[in-house]
Amino acid sequence: MADQDPGAAAGDAATEPPRRHGALVASSRGQTVLHAERAQLRTLVAALTAEGFDQLIDVTAVDYSVADQPRPLPAEVVPERFEVVVGLLSHGSRERVRIRVQVPESEPTVPSLFDVHPGCEALEREVFDMFGIVFEDHPDLSRILMPEDWIGHPLRKDYAVGRIPVQFKGAPSSR
Amino acid sequence: MGLITDVRDHGFEGLEHNFLTGKLEDFVKWSRARSCWPATFGLACCAIEMMATGAAHYDLSRYGMEVFRASPRQADLMIVAGRLSQKMAPVLRQIYDQMMEPKWVISMGVCASSGGMFNNYAIVQGVDQIVPVDVYAPGCPPGPETLMHAIFTLHDLIQSGELTQRREATGRGAGVLVEQRDGQAVPVIIGSR
Amino acid sequence: MTATNLNETADRVRRRDASPVLRMSETAAANLDGNPADPADDERMIMNMGPAHPSTHGVLRLILELQGETVLRCKPVVGYLHTGMEKTGEQLSFLQGPTNVTRMDYSSPLFNELVFSMAVETLLEIEVPERATWIRMMMCELNRMSSHLLFMATNGMDLGAVGMMIYGWREREEILRFFEKVTGLRMNHNYIRPGGVAADLPDNWQADLTELLDVLPERLDEYDILMSGQPIWRDRLQGVGVLNTAEALALGATGPILRSTGHQWDLRRDEPYLAYDQVDFDVIVGTYGDSYDRYAIRLNEIRESLRIVRQCIETMPKGDYRIQDKKVTPPPRARIDQSMEALIHHFKIFTEGFKVPEGEIYVAVESPRGELGCYLVSDGGAHPYRMHIRGPSFVNLQTVPYLLQGGVIADGVAAVSSVDPIMGEVDR
Repeated sequence: MADQDPGAAAGDAATEPPRRHGALVASSRGQTVLHAERAQLRTLVAALTAEGFDQLIDVTAVDYSVADQPRPLPAEVVPERFEVVVGLLSHGSRERVRIRVQVPESEPTVPSLFDVHPGCEALEREVFDMFGIVFEDHPDLSRILMPEDWIGHPLRKDYAVGRIPVQFKGAPSSR
Repeated sequence: MGLITDVRDHGFEGLEHNFLTGKLEDFVKWSRARSCWPATFGLACCAIEMMATGAAHYDLSRYGMEVFRASPRQADLMIVAGRLSQKMAPVLRQIYDQMMEPKWVISMGVCASSGGMFNNYAIVQGVDQIVPVDVYAPGCPPGPETLMHAIFTLHDLIQSGELTQRREATGRGAGVLVEQRDGQAVPVIIGSR
Repeated sequence: MTATNLNETADRVRRRDASPVLRMSETAAANLDGNPADPADDERMIMNMGPAHPSTHGVLRLILELQGETVLRCKPVVGYLHTGMEKTGEQLSFLQGPTNVTRMDYSSPLFNELVFSMAVETLLEIEVPERATWIRMMMCELNRMSSHLLFMATNGMDLGAVGMMIYGWREREEILRFFEKVTGLRMNHNYIRPGGVAADLPDNWQADLTELLDVLPERLDEYDILMSGQPIWRDRLQGVGVLNTAEALALGATGPILRSTGHQWDLRRDEPYLAYDQVDFDVIVGTYGDSYDRYAIRLNEIRESLRIVRQCIETMPKGDYRIQDKKVTPPPRARIDQSMEALIHHFKIFTEGFKVPEGEIYVAVESPRGELGCYLVSDGGAHPYRMHIRGPSFVNLQTVPYLLQGGVIADGVAAVSSVDPIMGEVDR
C-alpha cells in the first residue's frame, strides 16, 4: 500500500510525493488511493467531479483502533482512529479513485458531500449510524439501519458483537 | 374408505348415507386444519422459498393454503420466514396481535428459530422471545419440502386438538421441531398422514 | 453532466427531506419556498406503507405524503432487516466469509460470494484457474437469469398480473434445480470461495443445461405475449417512474436503472472481470428511463445471459476448479485418509483459516441490480479487519422518492417494483 503509484510518481518521486488536487496519491494493489485532509475533502471531490468522476459509488468508514499493526500510510499522513473512505467512478475514462480521510476520535466530523453528489445521502447516514461519524451539512443525518433510539454505534470496534437481549419491551414475552 | 371409493366411482349416488354424524368439536378442528390461511410475513431469504412453495411447482393450494393474506385480520397462520431484526421485532408482535384467534406460528429457518449464524447485536435470537412458536422448520433456508412438512405437522396438531389445549394451558406454542426434508438423496415422506 | 443538474437534484433531495414527514419542525417546513406544508391543509395526509406490506418487496417501509391520490413526497425507511453482517464478517475467517455474504442479496447469492472472493484473491494476489473463472461466470449468469425471473414474477404480481407469478417461478425452479445439482443448495450456495469454486461441475452438466437453455427462450416469448405487448401492462408501466441520466448518476444509481435512462454502463463490458472480455453479449439500454424500460431491460438481459451461458458450455476449459495453492486450498478429500499432514492441513485451514497480507481493496461486479462492491481491509490476520459491501439496492433505493414524486399512489407500486430492491442487501 505504501508503494507509490508508478505513473503518478514519475519524475522527482524521491523528493516530492505526488499530489492530485492537493491530495497525496498512493496506490493499493494497483488501485489509486488519494489521502485527503478533512478540510479539503469537499473541494477535492468537486475538483475530481469536474475532471470527469461523475458518480460517487461508495462512502464507508473503518475503525482502526484495534488493528494488529500500524497500517502503512504515507509519511505525511497522521493516522487517526477512524478513516472515511469515498469511492469515485468516472464513466468517461472508466477509472476509479478512492479517497481516504483520517478522522480523529475526539472530533469525528467530516464535511458532507451532499452538495456535490446527492447520492451520498443514504451512504453517509449509514456511516453515521454505524460509526457515529458526523457529516456536517447533511440534510437529514439520522440513524438509517438501527432503530432511532438505539444506543451505540455497532461497527465501532469497541462495540461488542455478541448476543444482546431484546430491546423491545412492548409486550410481555410469551416464552 | 369404501365410502370415498364409491363417491369417486359413482358421484353422490355412490353414497350410502348422504349425511354424517359427529362431534361439533371435531368438525371445528377439521375445518380449522383444512383452511389454514397464512399471513404474508416474508422477511428474508426464507420468504423466497415460501413464495416458491406457493408457486407452480410445489403448489401449496393443494392444501387450501395458497391465499397468502395481506391483512393479518384474515390470517390464521403466521410463517415467520427469515431473520428477525431488533427493529422489526415490534412490528412482528403487532401483526401477531392483530391476527384473530385461533392463530398459529411457524418459525421458518434457523434465523427465525435461533438467530442462526447471526449471533450478533442486530438479530433477535429466536422469534419465540416475541411470539409463541408452534412448529420450528430447520434449514437455511428450509426448502419447500421442509416448509410443507412443517405445515402438515401443524395441521395434524390442529386437527388432534393438541395445539389448542397446549396453548390454552400454558399460553405457549407447541414448539414442535420437525426434520429437514429437502435436499435428500432418496424420496421422503412429507407429513405423517 | 453539468453542475446545474447536480445542484437541481441536490435541491430536490433537500426539499424532500425538509418535509414534516422527515421530522423537520412544521413551521420551518411551511416557510420553505415552493414547498407548502401547511398542517391545517386537511387534503394532505401522511400514509405509512410497510414494513409488512405485500408489494414493498420485503420489509421496506415508505412514508408517503399524499394529496388525494398524488404522492407529494416519499421517504423510504430501511433497516428492518438489518442483520449486522458487516460485523459478523469480521468474526469469520476469509474462507468462511462467503457463507455470510451469500445471505445478503438472497436472490443473487452467487454474486455476493463472487465479489467477496475476488476481493480476497486480489489481496492475496493469486490467480484462479481458468476453469474456475468460467464456472463462476456461467453460474453467475444463470443466477442473473433466476434473479431476473424472480423480478418478472414479483413485478407481475405487484401490478396484478398474478399469472406471471406462477410463470416466473416455473422457470426459476428449473434453474434452481440445476443449482441444487451443482452446489447442493437451492439458495445461499457458498459455492464460490476464495481460490475457486467449492466443487467441480457434476457429470453430464452440459445435457442438463442444454435442456434448460432450449426451453427458456420460448418461455420468454410467452412473457412477451403475456406482458410486453399487452395494452394494460404498457399503460401501467410506460411513463411511470421516469428518471433521466443526470439524476440517475447523481443519485448513484447503477444497473438496470442507470441503463434504462440510455446510459451505457455495464461493468461486465466496461471493467471486464472474470472472462467477460472473451464472450459475446450485448448491453441492453433503454430510452425513456421509465418502469417499462427497466422491465424490458431485465427481460432482454435474461436473453443475453442465455447467450453467455451457451458460450460457456462451448468453451468451458479443462483443468482445476480451484487454485492448487496449499496456502488457500484444503487438500483433496481422498488424501485426508492417507496422510497425516493432509489432515492437519485441512484442519488448520478450516479452523484458523489462511492469513491475508495487509492492505485494502475495493472490487466491484455487475450484479443483477447494479454495481455490487466489496471494500475489504485486512490487517494481516485470518479474518477481515473490515468488510463492507456496497449493495446496489441500498443506493438504488434513493431513487424511489424521485420515481414516486408527482405520480399517483398506484403507480408508486409499479415504480418501487421496477427498482427491484432486495431488502437483505439494503439492510445487510
